[in-house]
Amino acid sequence: MDFLNAIVALTNFVMIPAVAYGSQLALGALGVTLIYSILRFSNFAHGDTMAFGTMITILVTWAFQSWGIGFGPLPTALLALPFGIMATMALMLVTDRTVYRFYRAQKAKPVVFVMVSLGVMFMMNGLVRFIIGPGDQRFTDGERFIIKARAFKEMTGLSEGLAIKTTQGITVVTAIVVVALLFWFLNKTRTGKSMRAYSDNEDLALLSGINPERVVMYTWLIVATLATIAGVLYGLDKSFKPFTYFQLLLPIFAAAIVGGLGSPQGAIAGGFIIAFSEVTITYAWKKVLGYLMPENMGPDGLVQLLSTDYKFAVSFAILIIVLLFKPTGLFKGKSV
Amino acid sequence: MTDTIKHSLMFAAVALLILLEGLTDWSFFSGSWNSSLVILNMGLISAIMALGVNLQWGFAGLFNVGVMGFTALGGLAVVLTATPPTPGAWSAGGPGIVMAMVMGALTVVAAVTVTRFLPRGGLRALLILLILAVGFVIYRALFDPSVEAIEAINPALEGNIGGLGWPVILSWPVGGLLAAGAAWLIGKTALGLRSDYLAIATLGIAEIVIAVLKNEDWLSRGVKNVVGLPRPVPFEVDLQNDPAYVEWFAGFGLDPVLGSTLYVKLGYAFLFTLVLLILLWMAQMALKSPWGRMMRAIRDNEVAARAMGKNVTKRHLQIFVLGSAICGIAGAMMTTLDGQLTPGTYNPLRFTFLIWVMVIVGGSGNNFGAVLGGFLIWFLWIKVEPMSLELITLLTSGLGENSGLRAHLMENAAHMRLFTMGLILLLVLRFSPRGLIPEK
Repeated sequence: MDFLNAIVALTNFVMIPAVAYGSQLALGALGVTLIYSILRFSNFAHGDTMAFGTMITILVTWAFQSWGIGFGPLPTALLALPFGIMATMALMLVTDRTVYRFYRAQKAKPVVFVMVSLGVMFMMNGLVRFIIGPGDQRFTDGERFIIKARAFKEMTGLSEGLAIKTTQGITVVTAIVVVALLFWFLNKTRTGKSMRAYSDNEDLALLSGINPERVVMYTWLIVATLATIAGVLYGLDKSFKPFTYFQLLLPIFAAAIVGGLGSPQGAIAGGFIIAFSEVTITYAWKKVLGYLMPENMGPDGLVQLLSTDYKFAVSFAILIIVLLFKPTGLFKGKSV
Repeated sequence: MTDTIKHSLMFAAVALLILLEGLTDWSFFSGSWNSSLVILNMGLISAIMALGVNLQWGFAGLFNVGVMGFTALGGLAVVLTATPPTPGAWSAGGPGIVMAMVMGALTVVAAVTVTRFLPRGGLRALLILLILAVGFVIYRALFDPSVEAIEAINPALEGNIGGLGWPVILSWPVGGLLAAGAAWLIGKTALGLRSDYLAIATLGIAEIVIAVLKNEDWLSRGVKNVVGLPRPVPFEVDLQNDPAYVEWFAGFGLDPVLGSTLYVKLGYAFLFTLVLLILLWMAQMALKSPWGRMMRAIRDNEVAARAMGKNVTKRHLQIFVLGSAICGIAGAMMTTLDGQLTPGTYNPLRFTFLIWVMVIVGGSGNNFGAVLGGFLIWFLWIKVEPMSLELITLLTSGLGENSGLRAHLMENAAHMRLFTMGLILLLVLRFSPRGLIPEK
């Protein structure tokens, strides 16, 4: 019984949050990795792209709520999501036209692109704060839980409860669907194949008649979709705050690099590696160990390896270890 | 018009802006000499930070986005050197913390040694994991009780290890040293790698430094802040109570309050100018020396420099440490100016990316450009807020007093400064990528 309790506690406090967080990071890292493989730079504006998409989704959600439109037990934000994605797509295309295309034509060095993306980051950050303000916004509605802790206890007779939030369920399901669609697109469609060809060898791709501007456009559209979905899922699960989204940049980059920059599989694996390490290292293991260890032998302290505020340190440490031992990442990304 | 005249005019224009801030209250100027001097002082500090970043980016092409971390380490140095020691803190927890640190260092050294000398394989991985796990447990066992002991001492006011009680000016070079040490560690691991990896690594280390400052209460009192740091200049109150000074201020037609605040700010400005001039002179000498030429040669063609027998990684490490040390000095000066260390206020947009805007706008690779950029961008950073407020007032004047949109726009006008900075950066990168004062 204690063993079962320990497993339930572990699932409730570690596995489920980490899976949800990992899915969000994976979606974010996929965007970073796609930009890296097609446009060949690290996009520092990615966190703020996520914030922009989420902000539009929140505004549309509020409009829907005020009109009395709901989505039953699911959050209204899911209905608003397509609008957020479209607005972000428009923004990405405009940014590419006005900013990035000039440097692409010049064949500027990657570090110049990074610098430019800093400027874009500033502007997007300012825009988001200007429109919605710097504060915390919650926009989750609908049913809060799929399984409630008390219902689970009554059902199983265990003393540990297991709760699954609706947002966590939605996150995982959406992530699976989005990733499946993305891989289908990259592997089966003509455009997807031309994107991969362009990423593998730009000159050969040009020789075989692939239009680079089209590839770049599709990349931005996909990145806008991924970023908005990732941002909205994160916002539903936790809350929306422009600065938090900016800070997500670090774990997202860590995930992309750990998996191997430029490798979509790597981005997903990296997202989960980062999420699981962050959650397990900052989780207080007292409860789980208390069930597993014999009576009277349970730990006195919280058995928390690091306090939760050090979660950045965790993703950073993993990043450094991977960079030192396997600089191309676990899935053999590319290096420019 | 020669370049020298053009560049002098640019400096004169920025100086005029700062003077106008004190002279007139037209439009977005405030007409207060205090405000003008505040801008000047932070401008001096920003110029020093820009000098440090310019050393790394302009001379060597290193992309460091961890300026915030080095700045914060400088701030920590002020607390650790200049504040009076907390009575009993060292005897309560000092030895334990030192032992824990030594233990941690030993663990890392042991792990590195095992990595170096054992062949690759499962055994090595297992051994490293074991060393790290055992080391961590011992570290925490030594560390935790000492921290508790220190934090228990008068937690309302102290609860941290305290400082050495040295004069506060000495904490500036110490800040530089602290930042240099951190830069050495990060450079050692990340410099041999690709350029954007260094960027991400520095971004990470900056966040970690801030996390440490926020959470290690025994060191920096965390988010409880350290207030009342010692100052290199007299306190305003003391001046106001000193008849000699009051009379002296009256000679200028100033009342004691205004006179004393200006006097103190001018004192800071004098000290900061001194530091800026010394660092600027050093950076100029470095740029003109064979060393500076070598750095720029490495930046422009690493492969060729390597072929000429230059140790590129070592030179990069060197300049990375130097540039970060300058940021550390500036950070210590800023904390001294503020009179308090507030780890909660460090924000990468303000402390890292804004400095980058200064360097790019001023002209990367040119020390004078970086200094000019520091002053100009700092002035704009402060003044964009009133400017955008005026602009919005003007644009929405047709909307009427009670318009919700107008209220919302007015409320959020402050956030226009980020947008403007991004716009300036993009415009400069696009139309004048070499900056206001280009590299020679």
